[in-house]
Amino acid sequence: MTYLQKPKLHHPQLPTNGLGFTHRDYEGAISTLCAGCGHDSISSAIIQACFELSLPPHRIAKLSGIGCSSKTPTYFLGQAHGFNSVHGRMPSVLTGANVANRELIYLGVSGDGDSASIGLGQFAHSIRRGVNMVYIVENNGVYGLTKGQFSATSDLGSKSKKGAVNTDSPIDLVSMALQLGASFVGRSFSGDKRQLVPLIKAAINHHGAAFIDCISPCIAFNNHAGSTKGFDFVREHNEAVNYMDVMIGREPIVADYAPGTVEVVTQHDGSVLRLRKLVEHYDPSDRLAAINYLQERSASGEIVTGLLYVDPKADDLHDHLNTVARPLNELGTADLVPGAAALDKLNASLR
Amino acid sequence: MPKPITSVNDFVVKFANVNGSGSASANQLFAKSILRMGVPIASRNIFPSNIQGLPTWFEVRVSGANHLGRRGGVDLMVAMNPQTWDADIASIDPGGYLFYDSTKPLPLSKFRDDINIVGLPLTQICNQAYKDARQRQLFKNIIYVGALAWLLGIDLGVIEQLLGEQFKGKDKLIAPNIQALHMGRDYARDHLPQIGLKVEHTDAVGDRIFIDGNSAAGLGAVYGGATVAAWYPITPSTSLAEAFMRYCKRFRHEADGKARYAIIQAEDELASIGMVIGAAWNGARAFTATSGPGISLMQEFIGLAYFAEVPAVLFNVQRGGPSTGMPTRTQQADLVSCAYASHGDTKHVMVFPEDPAECFEMGAQAFDLADRLQTPIFVMLDLDIGMNDWLCRPFAWDDSRQLDRGKVMSAADLESGKQFGRYLDVDGDGIPYRTYPGTHATRGAYFTRGTTKDRFAKYSEDGATYVDNVNRLLLKWETAKRLVPAPVRRDAAKPTNLGVLYYGSTTPAMNEALGTLEAQGVHVDAMRLRGFPFSDEVEDFIARHDRIFVVEQNRDAQMRQLLINECEVDPAKLVRVLHFDGTPVTARYITGAIAGLVNASTAAPLRKVVG
Repeated sequence: MTYLQKPKLHHPQLPTNGLGFTHRDYEGAISTLCAGCGHDSISSAIIQACFELSLPPHRIAKLSGIGCSSKTPTYFLGQAHGFNSVHGRMPSVLTGANVANRELIYLGVSGDGDSASIGLGQFAHSIRRGVNMVYIVENNGVYGLTKGQFSATSDLGSKSKKGAVNTDSPIDLVSMALQLGASFVGRSFSGDKRQLVPLIKAAINHHGAAFIDCISPCIAFNNHAGSTKGFDFVREHNEAVNYMDVMIGREPIVADYAPGTVEVVTQHDGSVLRLRKLVEHYDPSDRLAAINYLQERSASGEIVTGLLYVDPKADDLHDHLNTVARPLNELGTADLVPGAAALDKLNASLR
Repeated sequence: MPKPITSVNDFVVKFANVNGSGSASANQLFAKSILRMGVPIASRNIFPSNIQGLPTWFEVRVSGANHLGRRGGVDLMVAMNPQTWDADIASIDPGGYLFYDSTKPLPLSKFRDDINIVGLPLTQICNQAYKDARQRQLFKNIIYVGALAWLLGIDLGVIEQLLGEQFKGKDKLIAPNIQALHMGRDYARDHLPQIGLKVEHTDAVGDRIFIDGNSAAGLGAVYGGATVAAWYPITPSTSLAEAFMRYCKRFRHEADGKARYAIIQAEDELASIGMVIGAAWNGARAFTATSGPGISLMQEFIGLAYFAEVPAVLFNVQRGGPSTGMPTRTQQADLVSCAYASHGDTKHVMVFPEDPAECFEMGAQAFDLADRLQTPIFVMLDLDIGMNDWLCRPFAWDDSRQLDRGKVMSAADLESGKQFGRYLDVDGDGIPYRTYPGTHATRGAYFTRGTTKDRFAKYSEDGATYVDNVNRLLLKWETAKRLVPAPVRRDAAKPTNLGVLYYGSTTPAMNEALGTLEAQGVHVDAMRLRGFPFSDEVEDFIARHDRIFVVEQNRDAQMRQLLINECEVDPAKLVRVLHFDGTPVTARYITGAIAGLVNASTAAPLRKVVG
């Protein structure tokens, strides 16, 4: 049905957010991905998160690389500028964009082929620089657009649709992000919106490099028996450590939790994350413990999901560069050009 | 024994040193002292890809007549490196002078009988004066500067003043340096013979400044309004990014210390150009500085910027290629790799500065061009311009000049209902309008991509849509011909059917060669190319001459290739004059090559000339 234009009309009683926008105002073009693709669920979660946060859609910049996942920015936030760059290079383009205008929200969308192979270097360096962004990897463990080759996140021993067994060790982007100094790290599953939407909301409100690894089954090439990224496998092995509510501003707290089961984290911008713990001793402020726990559970074949680590007081690249509060792209001749008098003085020192 | 060379304010001194021995600052002191006496100089560093131990040379051309290219040959060799002794001695012109450390006696076979030998027991003097090994090493250089000053008649007061400026703030270093300087001067005065080379006070420098092209280009980027620099260290471009940093620190901080710029040392060249494209897409002026190997790495992104029409400025400080090539030697060998960088049908704008003054001007102008044309702009320096100090006209700036941000639709434009199509050619010049991300709530958003799209930025694989788009890019290319710096023409004294085309760092040597050729009765009209694509004036110049020499510093005559390709010129008309051993081209080489070609064709008019 992708040849159809998406109708702009909607039900008059569709709920609106703080800006008076409906859910529809955050949508994009109709997806051209396969019906049932996990990536579409992630797009939908992004739409939901932005709607719930009442973000002006045009103040978001969505950037991607190449691949199925990188096509998805077309399918959400139609009023936002998008940049479908080159394979594995979204992080550098996003870094440059972020440096040019610190006031927009930067959403980097990538896949496991894009970020764990050709883009592994740029993934790593954008994280270690602390670029203020939400970096989502739509991780399906397979090359979809070229029809079913293993990706670098394919698990050891997992089977391709054609029956080949993967003999290479997988790259775990979450562990890498933690090691590289990401100040917000989460993992989720495209089939678990209840967990994913708040995670994206919290990541958007995070000041610093926020990384989300989202397992997103490839319905066409990696959803069979023997796959470790298919719907059934992920549902069976999903070990969520927490679920979260994100409170912005002065929203009344209505939920009632049993004592000791909720942890409250207040981020830089004042947003409050209320974490409902599912694993009693899991502490998302302890980077080292998070890395250990992930390794331990991974060895038992479990996929740990939830908000895995957060440093609510993190710095970002602009803090490191000490840039002015005004976006660099707004500076004009008077701000930037030292002028003739300064040049004369300089000339005099060069004789 | 030929007659000793005698010359006032017109000779070449070459220093042969060991890298990392502290000779560089002493040699620069020597060079600058001549300049301060009002005598023009050109100095060139010939250095290895090494931090310590390998041979390095410093050549100073003293030219009262303002010949600032390399001349070729050496009149006075300051031979301080035993590793290169034989070759250094061999390079002295007959009748020239050898200045060396005579502490250790050398067999007669190590010298030549057609040069004049001036021995100074440098190590001995030094060892007597200093106990500390580091001091011996450093002051040794100053001592020979003192001795040379005496031999050449350089004003010692000028050197003392320069030392005072150099060590301002570290004042206790001034006296020992002056002491060492006098030590050399005194020994030379008391023991050495007079030589025929002299420096005399004159007033031929005027208000010119002495600076390297990388610093000038970095300053140009500040004046051009660049706010984002993303780069990866590579010789010989590193000092360009560092100069931008230095000038930003001076000119671009708020009272509270906040910076009106961002400099990122990226993880590699790919990330550098990616950041530049991201920043420029988002409305900041951004650049990278690199050299040939970096350009090779950036190819994919350059194609994206061309096709998606994102401005970008790339300073390419060219070095000897291919591959790692000669990292510390100069060439103009990246013309083709920049002109047609990336896969598919691509063409890119290049500008060719002749000296640091133009590095500054074009360095600033490149940002206007990039925004105006919405495409990558290559500023083509080379190691010779980039890393050597050149004497050039002072930097100038018109305070009424505003940054030209090109065709950008504002929120008000969009609000007023003006039609926006990202790739819509509204003005008929092939250049569409763009919007910065976040401009308007409901209008002006679009998707930037490397895939084919229609005029409204919508993805399309339709053949007609593709052709429409790439033909518009050709129209934009035509527009670029009128915007790049125009060529500079210099006609011969007499009408001639011979022409010469040249560009960049070849200019000073070419200017001198033209004078020499003219004196020999060889009249050649000259045109200095400053931009690519070529303007109509270039085609006209080629059409008006029967034979055109194309002088360049690469093996494959890359500018000639571009001329043949873009102007559809008969290749037989364009004669190669090529110099590509990694050293800057000399006036003697160009003169000899052109005179030889002209004479050969006069002697045997039917022979086809190949350059």
